[in-house]
Amino acid sequence: MVSDRSKLGFYLLLAPLLLWLVTLIILPHIGLFIVSISEKVGVREYEIGLGNYAVFFNEPLYWRTFARTAFMSISTTVLTLLLGFPIAYYIAKLTRGRTKTTLFLMCLIPFWVSELVRTFGWMILLRETGVLSSFLQYTGVIGGPVEFLYNDGAIMVGLVYTSILFMIVPLVTTLDSLDDSLIEAGYDLGGSGWSILREIVIPHAMPGIVSGCIVVFMLSLGNYLTPILLGGKDSLWFTGLIYTQFITRFNWELGSAFGFLLLGLSSTIVFFGLKLSRQSLSDTMGR
Amino acid sequence: MKFGLVSTTTLVVALAASSVSSETLRLLTWGGYAPDDVITMFEAEFDHSVEVTTSNNEEMIAKLRATNGGGFDLAQPSQDRIASAQEEFGIYKPIDMSRVDSAQFIPSMLGATATNTTFDGQVFGLPHVWGTSGLVVNTAKASQVVDYIDLCDESIAGNVSYRLKRPTLIGFAYAMGLEPFAAYSDLEAYQSILDQVEETLVACKANVKTYWDGGDEIKNLLRSGEVLAAMAWDTGGWQLNEDNADITFVAPASGALGWIDTFVLPSRGRADTAAYDWINFVMRPDVAAIITNTAGNFTAANGGDEGVNADLKARYQGSFDQAAIDNIKWYPPVPAGLEALEGATLDRISASN
Repeated sequence: MVSDRSKLGFYLLLAPLLLWLVTLIILPHIGLFIVSISEKVGVREYEIGLGNYAVFFNEPLYWRTFARTAFMSISTTVLTLLLGFPIAYYIAKLTRGRTKTTLFLMCLIPFWVSELVRTFGWMILLRETGVLSSFLQYTGVIGGPVEFLYNDGAIMVGLVYTSILFMIVPLVTTLDSLDDSLIEAGYDLGGSGWSILREIVIPHAMPGIVSGCIVVFMLSLGNYLTPILLGGKDSLWFTGLIYTQFITRFNWELGSAFGFLLLGLSSTIVFFGLKLSRQSLSDTMGR
Repeated sequence: MKFGLVSTTTLVVALAASSVSSETLRLLTWGGYAPDDVITMFEAEFDHSVEVTTSNNEEMIAKLRATNGGGFDLAQPSQDRIASAQEEFGIYKPIDMSRVDSAQFIPSMLGATATNTTFDGQVFGLPHVWGTSGLVVNTAKASQVVDYIDLCDESIAGNVSYRLKRPTLIGFAYAMGLEPFAAYSDLEAYQSILDQVEETLVACKANVKTYWDGGDEIKNLLRSGEVLAAMAWDTGGWQLNEDNADITFVAPASGALGWIDTFVLPSRGRADTAAYDWINFVMRPDVAAIITNTAGNFTAANGGDEGVNADLKARYQGSFDQAAIDNIKWYPPVPAGLEALEGATLDRISASN
């Protein structure tokens, strides 16, 4: 009786998770997969085949776009880590009590508005008649208006800004759990700041670094708004390619295949990232 | 038991009857085509309510395709995109002409739209709003721009914008002396036109500040002076002209591209009565004039231009003399499959450096 009841409880608790997984993730992916393996041969005529996947590998344009997207996402991840680590270290180790909460909150505040609004904010700052260009002209650094928008740099700025919170949060959590006495002991044993960072802090923070990197990489790779709006004419991004296949080309078959390739290729990149950093997914996500 | 069935049936019939007299019209349209005051007038006169979703040609078709023609009761894609979408996806239902007050339409436009939107012997579209795309130019600083190809001129490098969509390919093709509409039926000839246009647009990319996406975006770029010449809709140019007399719409030497946005009924729309009521309502000359004053484009309503304000008429006449009107290239229906070729071309232009 008791075991029956606990079983019931188990299934009841499992139900929302299962419902979520099956209806919102597994079923749509099955549908998407079926669409992706149907090749169009004529008006309302389809055949089963892998032709859509072949298009990706045969047309250099598409896999180059993917490579570019992946490369820029990796660069974003590295930049975000380099920027986020000192911030997280400062919040976790050098501040106490109220200051700590305030600083943490200040990192959060920009995320109270939507991504679209934040991106438009950047457009106001960076455009030719925008704040930065006007300020530099006012101070005499530049002679005429300069366009800061519509290039890869602008995309990077936007992506780093959008994703830095997701790097800081796991880092603060793992750095918080590092006992200060370990750092003191390191200094007592004659370690320099650099060697303590390398031997004690980073190894301890590794799970936080890796989980932060995975989240930031995936967010950047799957971002649509920021690259399109800030990149302008140079905003070639893989998700944008998927959007155009679905919406402006009415080519759902190719779009679905691209969607699956994005899923597969990004998972592969994360897998190799984990192998390189000698971390396992259960280690990083389990903490 | 039997009584229960009967009473339930009565209830269902009563509910159905009440929903016939009062329906919610879910309208999928362009910004400006359903102004608030028109909706208020409509809701006061008929017992229907109106929900408006604004969109563009591609998204309209994509939305209706995703739901097999459900979710909306009336949509307004351009007339050249209807027959092929119907052929491919079957998302519309034919127009019942007996429920339309056809005397309210300009006969030539009604006839032309009917021809272009006929599939399998049935008519799927009624004309509503028409306009053109051409050049919007800051005439004080870039008066040398008189045709699409001039956008690639070095003198305005970095201050140019156009959309990366099919109208741009067609416009440039005409400006280069090619005949894209004549090649619609011949895929090989059309591909060779696309290849030449691709070459031009790839070379022209350095001139472009950015490819614009929405009407507000291009107006913003022109108003701020960051863009001096663009390929855009006539109404955008006239609206800017109100604020800045230097900026206006210029009909290109090779001909403005003319479009007609239509009414179509999605195949699984539920409020046909409200849809026909709406069509007959907005085609009244007085209502059509309100829409023209809001959207900036003229309608296919008989006498609909009488109530239009004089400024707009003056701007229209300033941009189009009789020769320019005669030179308008009206979009013929796009055959199915053409968009795939154009898509590949646009992708390559977008990817080039």
